[in-house]
Amino acid sequence: MDHFPTNWGRPRNDAIDLYGTYPIHSRPGPTTDAFSDGVQRTQQPIVTGTSVLAIKYKDGIMMAADTLASYGSLARFKSIQRLHSVGEHTVIGASGDLSDYQYIQSLLDEVMIEEFSAADGHSLSPDEIHEFLSRVMYSRRSQMNPLWNSILVGGFKNGKRFLAYVDLLGTTYSASTLATGYGSYIAQPLLRKAVEGNEDTLTEEQARSILTQSLRVLFYRDARSLNKYQIATINAQGTHISDPVTLDTEWSFAEGIRGYGSQTK
Amino acid sequence: MTSIGTGYDLSASTYSPDGRIFQVEYANKAVENSGTAIGIKCRDGVILAVEKLVHSKLLVPNANRRIQTIDRHIGLATAGLLADGRHLANRAREEASNHRETFRVQPPLKIVVDRLGGYTQAYTLYSSVRPFGVSSILGAVDKDGPGLYILEPSGVYLGYYGAAVGKGRQLAKTELEKLKLSEMSMRDAVFEAARIIYLVNEDANKEKEFELEMTWVGAETNGLHVPVAQALFDEAEAKAKAAMSEDFEES
Repeated sequence: MDHFPTNWGRPRNDAIDLYGTYPIHSRPGPTTDAFSDGVQRTQQPIVTGTSVLAIKYKDGIMMAADTLASYGSLARFKSIQRLHSVGEHTVIGASGDLSDYQYIQSLLDEVMIEEFSAADGHSLSPDEIHEFLSRVMYSRRSQMNPLWNSILVGGFKNGKRFLAYVDLLGTTYSASTLATGYGSYIAQPLLRKAVEGNEDTLTEEQARSILTQSLRVLFYRDARSLNKYQIATINAQGTHISDPVTLDTEWSFAEGIRGYGSQTK
Repeated sequence: MTSIGTGYDLSASTYSPDGRIFQVEYANKAVENSGTAIGIKCRDGVILAVEKLVHSKLLVPNANRRIQTIDRHIGLATAGLLADGRHLANRAREEASNHRETFRVQPPLKIVVDRLGGYTQAYTLYSSVRPFGVSSILGAVDKDGPGLYILEPSGVYLGYYGAAVGKGRQLAKTELEKLKLSEMSMRDAVFEAARIIYLVNEDANKEKEFELEMTWVGAETNGLHVPVAQALFDEAEAKAKAAMSEDFEES
């Protein structure tokens, strides 16, 4: 009789453990595993999202991302939501590999359910969620198997704004404007110029127009971006992720451009 | 129980000559000593309520909860040994989490109850373990609508419209049978649940201090299993208390 309830219903290897004498945690197992020995690691992202932008404003945090999932240079899926709310006070947005991002979402969902089940009147704050993500990302990079994402975490809880970054190496930093991917080159300077020093005075409309303008510039410059985007607001009212919106763009100048492709004159 | 004390009750792995397993029946005895727990499956949700006997005035109010949350939408109320209830709740959380991880959906209540039933039953098979000393009421609203089950120490689980376990279950069942449960709104069901708990306490555990514990899940809570909103809870408790003192004056 096996006296360890944890062993019941589990297969036992008679070759090694004839009498079922080992508790499950110290039971000797096979040294090779045909399945896990064949495990591959993420060496490059496959289906990807491009930049995420976020800024602080008067009432909280505003975050924006387009809805494109690229397959290499192919605009493969054009209606993918990349902003995701976690609990009542936090929104995360990710660029990079979207399957890894979906995995991260399920990890967070599990943690949030665990916290909810405790029913102790506490809920995870944005900085705790960011810390959790940073430990996950760092742990995975240390196993040489990173989750290929750059993630922005924005939150508002107990009257405090929170905005921070974490990426596939586990690197973290915080600032009043943040951008991932191509946006960190193109949009970040624009955001800094508009936001720095004005974090406590920018209205929601102003913040929205700053982000929209940056997304527009990105759409002109970033070949992996799309003119359809969503904006998330995180403030005292909680989190809100907008429906997809289409950018107004101006292309009439394109007719005047010469020297590309087949137009040589 | 004629064969009690004749050696057939020393282990859950031995039948008595008339085909019973005494350890399981003793587990049911442990449940019968506990404060009553009830569950109501109403039109658009489920209410769980517990008469939590407070054995000491030194305890912090609302300590040692007997209704626990398994997943966002699943609640579990236990009657019997508190520690066994906790263990079962932890197992239920694991089962729910595993189902979620495998199928990426909200775990349906019937699957969680089925897993838990199998787990409980395994503890009636071996001489090295004892059966769980709890009967649990599980309630949830999932893709199939509201659901309510009782899981017994034997591992048997059955679905109900109205459920009651613990000391005052007979009276509670009689009261539940008088109600049109499936037409009732969640709010009305909260009032009935509070009333029944106070009634069975008056009947079976009079003189014993107790706390009313009530949770709900359904349309009123956005599908989350949470404690009944404080204002409504206070209203329902006050009304239940008032009904008790009325009865007292009549008799």
